[in-house]
Amino acid sequence: MVRMDENSSARLKRRLTGIVYRIGLFLAMLTICLPGLWIVISSLRPTVEIMAKPPVWIPQEISFDAYVAMFSGIGKGGIPVIEYFRNSLIISVTSTVIAVAIGMAGGYAFARYRFRGKSSVFLGLMLTRTVPGIALSLPLFFLYVRLGIIDTHFGLILAYVALNVPFTIWLIDGFFRQVPKDLAEAAQIDGCTRWQAFWQVEFPLAGPGIASAAIFAFLTCWNEFALASQLTRSVSAKTLPVGLLDYTAEFTIDWRGMCALAVVMIIPALTLTYIVQKHLVGGLTSGAVKG
Amino acid sequence: MNATPHGILMKGFKPSAPFLLLLPAMIVLAAVVVVPLLLSLYSSFTPFRLTRPETFFVFVGFRNYLSILSNADFWWAFGRTVLLLTIALNLEMLLGLGLAMLVEKATRGQRILRTLMMFPMMFSPILVGFQFKFMFNDNIGLVNNALQSLGITQDAIPWLIEGHLAFIAISIAETWSSTAIFAILILAGLLAMPKEPIEAARVDGCTPWQTFRYVTWPFVMPFAYIAMTIRSLDVARAYDIVKIMTDGGPAGRTELLWTLVARTAYSDGRMGMANAMAYFSILLSIAFTVYFFNKLAAARTQIGAEW
Repeated sequence: MVRMDENSSARLKRRLTGIVYRIGLFLAMLTICLPGLWIVISSLRPTVEIMAKPPVWIPQEISFDAYVAMFSGIGKGGIPVIEYFRNSLIISVTSTVIAVAIGMAGGYAFARYRFRGKSSVFLGLMLTRTVPGIALSLPLFFLYVRLGIIDTHFGLILAYVALNVPFTIWLIDGFFRQVPKDLAEAAQIDGCTRWQAFWQVEFPLAGPGIASAAIFAFLTCWNEFALASQLTRSVSAKTLPVGLLDYTAEFTIDWRGMCALAVVMIIPALTLTYIVQKHLVGGLTSGAVKG
Repeated sequence: MNATPHGILMKGFKPSAPFLLLLPAMIVLAAVVVVPLLLSLYSSFTPFRLTRPETFFVFVGFRNYLSILSNADFWWAFGRTVLLLTIALNLEMLLGLGLAMLVEKATRGQRILRTLMMFPMMFSPILVGFQFKFMFNDNIGLVNNALQSLGITQDAIPWLIEGHLAFIAISIAETWSSTAIFAILILAGLLAMPKEPIEAARVDGCTPWQTFRYVTWPFVMPFAYIAMTIRSLDVARAYDIVKIMTDGGPAGRTELLWTLVARTAYSDGRMGMANAMAYFSILLSIAFTVYFFNKLAAARTQIGAEW
């Protein structure tokens, strides 16, 4: 009997910890997801419901008015979203392509060669990344005005390439390290040049990793605000994050419109992050375990 | 005696492969970061104003720096920035560790949990700011609505209007947005960890706390430092959040170093002064990064990884 009691109390205890654990996990996930979900829900409700007192918790009707208004141009729903979207896309894609090309060269150098001051060069590269965007924007603003590239795609692309290169090098370095050295050496023994060995052996193997470095760089550009807000002025170069402020510049805030724009900004980011999540962690941590 | 300088000279003329490979990165960073920073260093010694270009060539020595030293607003912003970073980084570390351990224990649906966990990372800081501005709105925000519906309070709590509450709201937003970085990297550490040492510790009669402290934590530590290093590369993302949530208000009570720099430069047009302030914020960021980078390097050596 006593034995039974002990058994069942142990089982009860395990059950209880199991329940506590599930509640903890649920609350944690709720905290993470709620703010985003709230934005999505708010973008689909009429403004009256958002403003209602006492609050309306369960949406009574779903409407896509905010999205329709947003894409129907200036005057009808406020801000030129399509232009901002296009600017964001052009700037992010171009600077990502350049940053990844530069990052591949640099990352390969760190992964495959030993040279003097390697670790200080690496730290030096990272330090350029630490300069806060707003601090960097002061001299860039001045220079860009002088060079006449303020408020242009080119100016922002240039800045974003520099912003992304250090971190891209870190990530790509990690991915090349995961590719065994012997493979490229074997290819060279078989008569490939180093260049051929790189493109035919190492690059395909590190490919998925490099793709995720690219997506990460893209997201950095897509989300950047501090530099973009000072280096762009008009519809011809403003990006989406800067455009979001258009809604607050007014005396009253169009909460629903802002929510809708937020959703438009999140969707590409969400999709892309989902694709890269596995590789991203791999690239960052390679070298932390077993070199 | 003569051979040595000659040898160095020869080396200088025949660049090595890594040098050539790193050259494009060096050129871009020199053009967009290093040279502009030198320019801003120079202009921090001038009374340069945007409206009066000729002041760019007036040299005033350390006058900007001296007037910063006696500027109370600046030191408040500086202190507030350090306080925010201390609170946010510690909370992110603790919550990230907790979250990673929760998710690691999950037996089912771990993949989807991991994806959900990364959710905040996808949000641009400007969106995080907006989303929390919306939620903390005293009139229609989710937080006050919930508190009132649950009957906890009758009044609308002025989250973003009162200085201390606004600081708390900003800390929450900052923590929410960056905990994910710690969580995914610590989780990667936990998953990569061999199971035998934990089994051995349990057989030897260690308490769960001892097992965590002396077996799990030392293994996971380098991963936490990677997260810290990544995070310190981007500490200034708080600028975006504060800019949209309170814009430094009410009455400068949530002004951070970065918002103060932006205000001095673009609203007041005092570029010289703003550049001097910017140098403080750059040094702060560099101090953070170098500190965690060294910790990371040490942790890597400790577990015998190649660097």
